Order: sequence, then structure tokens, then C-alpha cells
Amino acid sequence: MSQPLIQLKQITKTYGSGLAAMQALRGVDLDIHSGEFVAIMGHSGSGKSTLMNILGCLDTPTTGSYFFQTIEVNTLTRNQRALLRRHYLGFVFQGFNLLSRTSALENVELPLIYRGMAKAERHDKARKALDIVGLTGWETHTPAELSGGQQQRVAIARAIVTEPTVLLADEPTGNLDTERSREVMEMLCSFNRDLGITILMVTHEPDMAEYAKRVVHFVDGLVSSDTEQKP
Amino acid sequence: MIWNALLLALREIRRNILRSCLTTLGIVIGIAAVIIMVTVGNGVTAKVSEQISSLGSNLLMVRAGARGLTGTAVKPFSLEDAKTISGQVNHLKAVAPSSSKSTTAIFGNKNWSSTVTGMTEAYMIATNWVIGEGREFNDSELRSGAMSCIIGNTVWKELFEGQSPIGSKIRLNSLSCTVVGLLKAKGQAFGRDQDDTILIPLRAFQRRIAGNLDISMISVSVDEDYATEKVQKQLKQLLRDRRHISGNEDDDFFILDTKEIAATLTGTTKILTSLLGSVAAISLLVGGVGIMNIMLVSVTERTREIGTRLAIGALEREVLLQFLVEAMVLSCLGGFLGIVLALVASIGISKAIDVPFILDLGIIVIASLFSAAVGIVFGYFPARRAARLDPIEALRHE
Ligand SMILES: Nc1ncnc2c1ncn2[C@@H]1O[C@H](COP(=O)(O)OP(=O)(O)OP(=O)(O)O)[C@@H](O)[C@H]1O
Ligand SMILES: [Mg+2]
Repeated sequence: MSQPLIQLKQITKTYGSGLAAMQALRGVDLDIHSGEFVAIMGHSGSGKSTLMNILGCLDTPTTGSYFFQTIEVNTLTRNQRALLRRHYLGFVFQGFNLLSRTSALENVELPLIYRGMAKAERHDKARKALDIVGLTGWETHTPAELSGGQQQRVAIARAIVTEPTVLLADEPTGNLDTERSREVMEMLCSFNRDLGITILMVTHEPDMAEYAKRVVHFVDGLVSSDTEQKP
Repeated sequence: MIWNALLLALREIRRNILRSCLTTLGIVIGIAAVIIMVTVGNGVTAKVSEQISSLGSNLLMVRAGARGLTGTAVKPFSLEDAKTISGQVNHLKAVAPSSSKSTTAIFGNKNWSSTVTGMTEAYMIATNWVIGEGREFNDSELRSGAMSCIIGNTVWKELFEGQSPIGSKIRLNSLSCTVVGLLKAKGQAFGRDQDDTILIPLRAFQRRIAGNLDISMISVSVDEDYATEKVQKQLKQLLRDRRHISGNEDDDFFILDTKEIAATLTGTTKILTSLLGSVAAISLLVGGVGIMNIMLVSVTERTREIGTRLAIGALEREVLLQFLVEAMVLSCLGGFLGIVLALVASIGISKAIDVPFILDLGIIVIASLFSAAVGIVFGYFPARRAARLDPIEALRHE
């Protein structure tokens, strides 16, 4: 089998110290290959978000090693990790984290600005990304003027506008009704299928997990099951 | 990168327009207050020295009577005293004996109460009077004590309503007197209208108006580069001798040095200026604290914003540059508006209270630097702390 895109070896994460220490991850081993669509499931508090943050280079594991392609992420500096995020990763947060009072278009443009893209190209791409998530006509609206589902889609547009190698989505359908959730899942499937973006997605709902090719279950900071699904 | 930072900074300013305006306002008020206070203070100082020099430069005014005591029972000077002074004291430009009395001047159906001063040629030099129209007294008028007069601007305005006074006859104490000259206006000095004056030859004053030979004041003008203190000492000794004042008795005259008055008054106005300046500096500081408050209130939102930026791939230094540019844009804008406001207001106030407008570049530079510092310290340092956090910590901030 080919070299995995992402390889986690005995990742642990401990919050706090001493008596108050709380081990959110307790030695996670996980290989993700290029082109996979993985759903991560588990009870609330089982460490899914913690894992996603580590995968997204937003947080550092307490012990263990994280390889992205052949790079050992633990050894990178802050700036190098920022550049890794900038060029390879797209992140959809559980709580969106859009800039308030900023139009949808400007929110989606933001990662492109940091990539140093020229204005015309940037606008073009941002519009396209908004179009893909079905928000044409909503470009000038600010998050406060958008519904939860629309905000969710702006967040997704922002994550995919850079055409990342890996898309990390923390409960992308958490705030949506079944109808909208299915739309979003169809969208993710098409990114995975048509653009070849590797997707890791956290979800609570078995229905949504069915869209993924592989489902990883978490219990108390450990992988309890890891199954491939038939499409 | 700098263009990106500018773009992002401008977007942030627009996004938080209220916060941006308040920050700018804080700087505008602080800067404007400092510049206005100092500029107006300087204007007042300049005005005071201008008034003093209009009295006559390097002038010693010797008056009969002890200091603070006016009116009765003073032993006057005589013409002889003035002559002795000019004979025995060196480095003098002019020694001008004079006497004054309040009088009503009448022309046609108008009358005006003013002060008439009997004087000699030297008086014009000692007290910096310049003829605006007509002429000074000629020798024969001075010698014979002719009833000719030179009037000040105010008297002219009150009696003649803009017509040329030269050659007209006015009545002083029911004595007819020909106007031969009009003095160029000097303006106010210390609340007294200098132009409200009528000059006549000393002889005429003594004979016709006062009825005695008394001299109430001797104005002594000292050479420009010579110290008035030395002359003052000599004058004092000379007059004590002539007036037979023994060793431990007090003077029965006093000498007023315009230079001393100038020093005291400009000293006072300078203290006033620095006092106003300090008050203004405090307002600058208060403005700074206001800015700090605004920044601290928004620190949570800004920390999350920084977290978001870092999470989508911004480098720490890019975020910091953006914040720095943002702070600088607001400070510069505030500084610029503050300076413009200050200049407009200073010119207005100077006009209103009739003092010259004096631009002090130093204070503008200092105020601008201070405002820049305030903006940067309060805009930039909170951002620096946030940008050093792990993205996830910044995002979780509450
Ligand atoms: N910053 C933190 N400090 C301390 N404990 C934390 C922190 N973040 C998470 N935890 C703890 O780590 C555990 C795992 O949290 P995590 O957010 O990964 O759960 P999750 O699986 O994403 O849950 P959910 O489905 O509710 O989002 C939880 O018990 C939580 O209390
Ligand atoms: Mg979670």
C-alpha cells in the first residue's frame, strides 16, 4: 500500500495537569490515505474535536507523532505550521468562526489574501466557491444576516476556496436540518470525488456517516472501530 | 505583504467603524487640546511683550511719590532734575520730563474726557510715539509754550469722526488749542488705551493748564544694548542726593523698568502656558486611556479574530503587521485631524481674544509623536499577546 497522507502514531492529548489532568486522547493510531472520505463518530467528549484540531495543526499533541506526507509536524515551527495550514489544509469549525460584520465574500477571500493572490483572481475564486455551496447572491451579506445553515456553508466555502489537499470538517451538519445536511453531504462527496480532496469529517449522525467511505469510531479518546463502507 | 496588511487593516477599520471613530476621536481631542493651549499661550505671551515694547523699549519711568502711593503730598520733580540726569548719566537716548492731567477736550459739539500731557521733544523718542499725520512740535512752539497739540487716535476718533484734525482748534479746559499732529495708533497696553492722549508742549502745560512748574514723571530711555539696571542704580543715587534723602530714609519716588515688567509678565504668561500645556497633556493622556479602554473591551473579539486568521494560514507577523498598520492609520488620521482642528481653533481663538497667532512646530511634532505612541501601544500590544497564542487557544478565548 502507498505511503499514507496522514499518519498518527500514539497521539495523546492531556488537558490540565496534576489532579485536574484530563486525557482527551489516549494513544490514537490512525492512517489516512489520499482521496479518502472518513467520518469520525463518537460520543460527546470522546475527543473528536481534539483530534481534528491536532490534525488541523491548530493544536499540538502532548505525546506521539503526526506525519503529514513525509513531514513530521511536531518538529515544525509555528510559522511552518501556519504555512502548512495555508497551503494544504482547509478547516470547517464546529462554531464556524467567521469574521463578524464582514461580508460572505470577504470571509471566503481571506485565505486567498494570505496566499498573496491578486484581487481579480481572488474575487473570481471566492465567488465560485460561494456558488458551489449555493450562496450566489448572498456575497455581500454579513454572518449576522445569514441563517445558521448559510453561515455553515460560508465556512465550507472558505475551507475549500484554496482547494486544499485535506478538508477537515468538525460537524459540518451540526446546525442543519436533514434536508440541508444532505445537500452539504452531497457537496462534500462531490469535492471528494471530483476534486480529489481528502475529507475527514466529524459527525454525530449515522445517516451522514453513510456518505463516507470509511467510518472511525471513538470511545474515550481511543479508536474503537474502523470500518470501510460500501458506497 | 505590506499591501495585504494595508488592505486587511482598512477592512478592519471599516468593519469596526465605531471603535475606529472613537479611537480617532480620542487622539484628535488630545492633540488638538495640547496644540491649542500652547499656541494660544504663546500668542498671549507675544501679545504681552508686544504691549510692553509699545510702551517704549529700554525705558525707565521715574515717578514722583513712593511706590503705590498716588495723588497728594508728593514732592514733584523739576526740569532741573531732568537736565541733571541727562548731564550726569551716560548711555541715555532720551530724558523726557512730563506732567499729566485729566481734561475734557471739546471740538464742535463733541466732548471727550482724556488726559493731557505736557512734554518735550524727547518724550516722543522715549515712549516710541510716531506721528501718523501732521507734524511734531517745532522748536519755537516748544520754547514759547504755544497752545498746539498732538492728539492720539482715540481722541481723534471721538472728536473728529474720521475728518482730518490738522489745523483744527479744540478746547482744553476752555483754552483754545491748535491740532498740529495725529499720533499713529499703539493700541491697548495692560487694559489702558494708550491712544487716549493729548500731547502739548510742556511749557504750555505748566503755564496754562497746571499753573505750576511741577514735573510728575521723567521717562528715561536707555541705549539699546546697555543694561537698564546700571542706569537705574545711578538714577536712584542721583535723585536721592538731589532730593536730600538721607541714608536710611525711603525713596519718595520710584523707578519702573519696562524690561523688568516685561520679564515678570512674560514669566507669568509662560507659567500660564505651561500650566495650560500640562492640562492639555492630561487630556491627551485621558484620550489615551479612553483608547486603551476601547481596545481592552474589544480584546475578546479581536483575540478570536486573530485565532481565525491564524487558523486559516496567516503568519504571526502578518497578523501583527495588520494590527500595526491599523493602529498607525488611526493614529495618523487622528493626528492629522487633530492638527487641522487645532490650527483652525487656534486661529479663531487668537482672533477672538486679539492675540497674535504663533505656530509652534515643536509642540505639533511632540503631540503627533505622542498620539502615534498611544495608538500603537494600545492597538498593537494586546494584538501581540493574542498572536503568540496557539490558534486554538485564541479561538477559545472568552
Ligand atoms: N481546552 C480544554 N481544556 C480542558 N479540557 C478540554 C479542553 N478541550 C476539550 N477538553 C476536554 O476533552 C474532552 C474531549 O473534548 P472534545 O472537544 O474533543 O470532544 P468532542 O468529541 O469533540 O465532543 P463533541 O461531540 O461534544 O464536540 C472533553 O471531555 C473535554 O471536556
Ligand atoms: Mg467537538
